[in-house]
Amino acid sequence: MMLRRRQLAAMGAGLGAAALAAPAFAQAAWQPQRPVQFIVPAGTGGGADQMARVIQGIVSKHNLMNRPLMVVNKAGGAGAEGFLEARNSRGNPHVLIISLSNLFTTPMSTGIPFTWRDLTPIRMMALDEFVLWVNAESPWQNVAQFVEAAKAGRLRMGGTGSRQEDQIITVALQRATGATFTYVPFRGGGEVSTQLVGRHIDSTVNNPIEAVTHWRAGTLRPLCVFDSRRLPGEGRITETMGWQDIPTCKESGLDVEYLMLRGIFGAPGITPAQTAFWVNLLERVAETPEWRELMAQGAFNTTSLTGAPFSEWLGREEERHRTLMQEAGFLAAGG
Amino acid sequence: MEEIQLLGHGFAVALQWENVLLMVAGIVLGVLIGVLPGLGGANGIAILLPLTFTLPPVSAIILLSCIYWGALFGGAITSILFNIPGEPWSVATTFDGYPMAQQGKAGEALTAAFTSSFVGAFVAVVMITFLAPLVAQFALQFGPPEFFAVMFLSFACFIGLARGSPLKALAAMMFGFLLAGVGMDGVTGQLRMTFGSMELMRGIDFLVVVIGLFGLSEIFQSIEEGLRFKGARARITLGTVLRTWAELPRHWALFIRSSLIGCWMGITPAGATPASFMSYGVARRMAKDKDSFGRGRMEGVVAPETAAHAAGTSALLPMLSLGVPGSPTAAVLLGGLIMWGLQPGPMLFVEQKDFVWGLIASMYLGNIVGLIIVLAAVPWFAAILRVPFSIIAAIILMVCAIGAYTVNSAEFDVVLMLIFGVIGYVMKKLDYPLAPLVLALVLGDRTEESFRQSLLLSEGSLAVFFSNWLVGGIMTLGLVMLFYPTLSKLWAPRMQPA
Repeated sequence: MMLRRRQLAAMGAGLGAAALAAPAFAQAAWQPQRPVQFIVPAGTGGGADQMARVIQGIVSKHNLMNRPLMVVNKAGGAGAEGFLEARNSRGNPHVLIISLSNLFTTPMSTGIPFTWRDLTPIRMMALDEFVLWVNAESPWQNVAQFVEAAKAGRLRMGGTGSRQEDQIITVALQRATGATFTYVPFRGGGEVSTQLVGRHIDSTVNNPIEAVTHWRAGTLRPLCVFDSRRLPGEGRITETMGWQDIPTCKESGLDVEYLMLRGIFGAPGITPAQTAFWVNLLERVAETPEWRELMAQGAFNTTSLTGAPFSEWLGREEERHRTLMQEAGFLAAGG
Repeated sequence: MEEIQLLGHGFAVALQWENVLLMVAGIVLGVLIGVLPGLGGANGIAILLPLTFTLPPVSAIILLSCIYWGALFGGAITSILFNIPGEPWSVATTFDGYPMAQQGKAGEALTAAFTSSFVGAFVAVVMITFLAPLVAQFALQFGPPEFFAVMFLSFACFIGLARGSPLKALAAMMFGFLLAGVGMDGVTGQLRMTFGSMELMRGIDFLVVVIGLFGLSEIFQSIEEGLRFKGARARITLGTVLRTWAELPRHWALFIRSSLIGCWMGITPAGATPASFMSYGVARRMAKDKDSFGRGRMEGVVAPETAAHAAGTSALLPMLSLGVPGSPTAAVLLGGLIMWGLQPGPMLFVEQKDFVWGLIASMYLGNIVGLIIVLAAVPWFAAILRVPFSIIAAIILMVCAIGAYTVNSAEFDVVLMLIFGVIGYVMKKLDYPLAPLVLALVLGDRTEESFRQSLLLSEGSLAVFFSNWLVGGIMTLGLVMLFYPTLSKLWAPRMQPA
């Protein structure tokens, strides 16, 4: 009997958590009628997971919705599990999914029959930047020296996952410079940064938020950012440099550009009114100070898109990924 | 002695009444989470994380880390009472904890488990207090080859533990490796052994298998034996707790050894689960009468629990000082730090003294509060055993099913649990040991990954595993452990002439 009571208590605690987020809020024409499932096609603790949980926290703190938002991690098969679940929830407006670049790369590298067109694009929340990092004790002060060293001998590049964004950038680097890197996949950005601090690898292309603390501690050095413009953010991060002082790779003579989508999608076949509700909700999330804080911390590119421009952007990115993956030989047989 | 001063300041922060309240709430919640198999500390904290958005960071981390301590304590309860590990790191606790409960010594086993957890955590916290910067430096030495060496050592310590046929143990271990290989291959980004099934894509979860192998098969066996629940006659009072305590100081060497193993595994960061297995293996190796292990030895409970809690606690250190989580739960906490506007990593100790020392002080307090709460509850936990088996079996089955479902919110996992329940039953009947299977399943993934990462880094040369004193030392130690049983057999006749 004890056991059952305790188990009910634990379930009650979960429901209590949900209830806290429930105060009614009248606003758009359509409103969620049930708790909303917010799928993260990645494990707990990663960038997408963090962003999803910040959104969840903002929605409940500011009472933006009359039903709770529940984050569920569906990380199986590099996120395929989460994407397929969202696709199979056709017409269900109570399902949202946050995406990373694996929206494009996972179906292409595994051959799982799925594309972003199987979902309803809602809003691009931000783009995540990539920076080329080396150990501060390494002799490479700038991109030119790094490229020269890479051409002279194989450098070891660490990254998150296999056949995903970090490796795609590495392959793009190889094509742009003619050098060959040994790519070593790890589980997460934090691990990659530490491996670089410990000099087990020579370089990484981590997101700013994954490496910033080591930069400030003086153990890592940024060489360039893979964007067409410099990172936003006033003020200094270290004693001498701030985000805006990192040159773009292009201005350093390395023509590689890559940004990662942080976007929110709904299930296929939901009505325009339902889509409008979610667009509106996410606009208001993006206006909160907590969201701005997250954007500033991670030096995110705060471009946001909705509707047709978002779909067009997705179409272009999909093609670009297909080309990049094809050139790298990462496409699954028949993909 | 700057640390003492900072720690004093930390205590002032942690002892504010609202923080103490959060501490107690966190421990109680954590114990509940730990008791339910499947709903692990990582899940529990992830669910509660957004709620902490409105709290100041120190209070938030105190609440969440106390859930973590609570879960570490709670995992042992079902392992000992029902042979169902509530958390991965309490699998090794079942080996001797459950036989103890069957012999009517559930109270002793629970008291030993909780006390060892406390000791392990305490040693780890003291280490964090005084050696944090040093330890962080040491952790940086660990690249893929070193990580593989640690995994190799874990296997080496554990191998040869199973009684009976070594070939059967080997077969069980290989089956475990096979299961660990299902799903996404992290190194090539390809799906393996999923046979086109969407359900198999996420891999076979360790907890689901363990719930089936240990918990369900145990129930099947009890049913076969006529619905009898051994150990039901146990009378447990607070006196049991005191009696057990009087007995524990005898195992001081074991406590020290297990704490050290735990701290080391937590920092590396390999985590609490391998630490508990390694510690159990070493304890058995060092014991005089090895065969009594697995039949209800108190050392068999003390060793894994001490190491697991020491590892679980010290796993927070690399998270705070390097930004690398030492366990899944630490990974979620790491996300929390970033949400609260803190950057985990080397600068945290310099810039956020209030936060870091408040957290460290709460580790001391949280563990003391936790120990009092769980010990006070020992008679209640043990009283569950007096419920008639026909009633409790149904409840256990239900809890198992809920647990298996919660791991990934997948119905398929419930089916998988049932299948492994049958496999576990058959294996027990045929005398195949379960422990090597579980060990291979839980460590197989990381072991394979770090092995292949090492070979990528060395471009295929195995020499990488002996390339410096650290990795070479661990590998050599592993090899010695691996061949020790064979060697000692060879030497034995010569050492005992006549």
